[in-house]
Amino acid sequence: MSADVDALPRAGTFRPSRSIVVNAIIGVCFLLAVTAFMTYDLKGSLSFALELRAKKVVAMTLVGVGLSVATVLFHTVSGNRILTPALMGFDALYILIQTVAAYLFGTFAFLRIDVRIRFVGELAVMMGFALLLNHVFLRRTRGDVVLLMLAGVVMSGMFRALSNLVARLIDPNEFVALQDRLFASFSSVDEQLLLASTVCVALALVVVWRMRYRLDAVALGHEHATSLGVDVDRTTKVAMALVAVLVAVPTALVGAITFLGLLTSNAVYLATRTFRHRYTIPASAIAGATVLIGAQFVIEEFFEFNTRASMVIAFFGGIAFIVLLLKEQRR
Amino acid sequence: MIDVRSLVKRYGDTTVLDCPELTIDGAGVTALVGANGAGKSTLLTIAGRLLEPTSGTVLIDGHDVSTAPSRQLAARVAILRQENVLAVRLTVRELVEFGRFPYSQGRLTDEDHHLVDRALMTLDLHEFAPRRLDELSGGQRQRAFIAAVVAQDTDHVLLDEPLNNLDLRHAAQSMAMIRRLADDFGKTVVVVLHDINVAAHHADRIVAMRDGRIVADGTPNEVVVASTMRDVFGLDVEITEHRGRPVVLHFVA
Amino acid sequence: MLRGDDLALDLLTTSRIPRTIAIILAGSAMAVAGLTMQTLTRNRFVAPDTAGTLDAATLGLVLGALYVPSAPIYLRMVITVLFALAGTGLFLVLLQRLQFRDIVVVPLMGLMLGAVFNAASVFLAYRAGLLQTLVTWISGDFSGTLRGRYELLYIVAALTILTYWFAERFTIAGMGREFAVNLGLDHSRTVLIGMGLVASSSAVVVVVVGEIPLLGLVVPNIVTLAFGDRLRRVLPIAAISGAILLLLADIGSRTVRHPYEIPVGVILGVVGGCAFLGLLLRTRGRVG
Repeated sequence: MSADVDALPRAGTFRPSRSIVVNAIIGVCFLLAVTAFMTYDLKGSLSFALELRAKKVVAMTLVGVGLSVATVLFHTVSGNRILTPALMGFDALYILIQTVAAYLFGTFAFLRIDVRIRFVGELAVMMGFALLLNHVFLRRTRGDVVLLMLAGVVMSGMFRALSNLVARLIDPNEFVALQDRLFASFSSVDEQLLLASTVCVALALVVVWRMRYRLDAVALGHEHATSLGVDVDRTTKVAMALVAVLVAVPTALVGAITFLGLLTSNAVYLATRTFRHRYTIPASAIAGATVLIGAQFVIEEFFEFNTRASMVIAFFGGIAFIVLLLKEQRR
Repeated sequence: MIDVRSLVKRYGDTTVLDCPELTIDGAGVTALVGANGAGKSTLLTIAGRLLEPTSGTVLIDGHDVSTAPSRQLAARVAILRQENVLAVRLTVRELVEFGRFPYSQGRLTDEDHHLVDRALMTLDLHEFAPRRLDELSGGQRQRAFIAAVVAQDTDHVLLDEPLNNLDLRHAAQSMAMIRRLADDFGKTVVVVLHDINVAAHHADRIVAMRDGRIVADGTPNEVVVASTMRDVFGLDVEITEHRGRPVVLHFVA
Repeated sequence: MLRGDDLALDLLTTSRIPRTIAIILAGSAMAVAGLTMQTLTRNRFVAPDTAGTLDAATLGLVLGALYVPSAPIYLRMVITVLFALAGTGLFLVLLQRLQFRDIVVVPLMGLMLGAVFNAASVFLAYRAGLLQTLVTWISGDFSGTLRGRYELLYIVAALTILTYWFAERFTIAGMGREFAVNLGLDHSRTVLIGMGLVASSSAVVVVVVGEIPLLGLVVPNIVTLAFGDRLRRVLPIAAISGAILLLLADIGSRTVRHPYEIPVGVILGVVGGCAFLGLLLRTRGRVG
């Protein structure tokens, strides 16, 4: 019997070639975007301009990679491809933290606090929230995506309402200073902060990569994964902590960018047609960085800075998502 | 060997399972039967460490399922629940490949591929291997999940109502397959069944439960008798015989 | 004494009474809007919040303020209502194209649509330096409700009554196209009428008092849980509950940080959100 088994072609074996091609294409796009961003219309002191732009590229890469990978992880542990950390209120929470801190300390005093201390504080609050989310929601609502989603929407609404309240109590001049912090900006990133963030994100990515196969099993669902010998609760906890780091670092670094992870991860699932993390994670990570750099490039060159990458991504990201949703459904 | 020791499961004040002792050993098919809410699935899911007991233990080959590393257990026991809806879209082969996860942690060796092929052949699924699960019929999907269990190649296989939602033909095929797991592969199969006649015809041993307790345990001929059936199902039935196995005529009572 | 009474009377007629009427009208309108949308789309998570209606209305408001700043309020109201109708219409068109109307996918799509409108509003407001003004507009607030500035809300009352008039037909439409056709009802037209009515009334509420978040989502869910889905029966209950909840929220908004006022939308967002979350986890967490 085993002889004929060996003679048979391995029909239906997952062929990785498609996923590898997709990864390669995204990689090329990334290089193109970086090149365009770095070299287009260089004026004045070359070394100064290059250094400035390189810093922005690093920041944008961190943000794009972090948000996209966080979204993929979140999809896997929640068993749903539509939920994102942003829909669960991470972005709104960030805005709330900023607004409340500005109200408590005064905007200018707040902005004068050492960036690293501020960064650590923001990181701590966001991670606390992620673990709370895991504890209160993901566990109790396991499998009940509707409930989880609704809880997330309600929670975002709550955070937003509170931010609105606090914003009303701040005087208009301070509000303008604050507003700059609320929408992602790559023009004003602190160098030391950038270094610290790079280390954080890199460490998180190493852990993610090491658990890529376990994540594949978790995507099957709680019972199947348990039956295969995976400690789902532990894997979920670790994954949520990683989500917190990967969302908190970029958000604390440059502000909230809604939709980015959602957009890139779903585009990657459609393109690679697999859920295997060893393909989807690198692809979404690079795609995230590419979209961000591309958007920023367009804005800097064609909108003369009088807008923000996050707004543009929110607008086009939302539209693209609706289109994706309709297409996905029709298949 | 599956060894259940003073196992209790309570929800609040309600005791859904109270099983002082039960040992299942050796190749063969053991059927858990009983009315709805008798505790059969609870017992099975605790044994498969998908559910924590209130007190007591289940040992599989001497390993306590609540404390032994999940990964080690996955090489000894496979459990298949009745709800098999996946959030991810997989091909049949991809699903069956997951059966090798406990051994390879995702990186399949040649031997793993070989075992996957064998499982697909065993369940006659080779031609469906590239198809996606959501494109298959309920019976084919059920077979794919059983193939994954075969690929997992554990000594113990726990199946929770595998015939649910299957038509007559597919139910018969599935039972034949379950028989083969015991006869050809020498596995200890424990299967929750709600149809007493299916159990009587296919099982080597029947464990009958009521209100969380075991009320009868033995060969089909020992268990499927009118008095026990009244205890288990609260129904007066006539029993006849077919090919040396008892048949319950529950609809004539 | 007499003067004091005069003053009190004056306060009562120019501020307190208009404010109370406005709250009752807006609260019942939002609850009825949520309930009607839920019924017509057969999805209990669809409300003006999650169908893009509120965000489309806000976009209309921003555009009106930017391009016809001197226009009288009724004209701006017309623009806002048109945007709300268009936004809701787009939602319905997209809904038609969804093949499997998964219970999560529908509100999700509405939220995305709303987010796109919102991004456009924020973009425009940011470029015009009006971001803080936008924040002020969209958080529902009755502190500016005075005689002469709330009367537009009577339109809402008319629309709500009209909704009640159609209630039985909406219930039938909510049972599905086949069921409706079987009873001789033009399903598409009924859905359009219903969505149009409630989109218009929520747009008017946005113009006069701003966005009132979550009311349209929370009240109908609780009310239908207790009283079932027959609109003719639950619609008045929802209307009254919405009004009461908004009144309570308004009292809270005036007393929590007396003498300052907290926008009522904020109170609702926080308190309503907490209550709903608790309710969700208590009732369904156990089952899951």
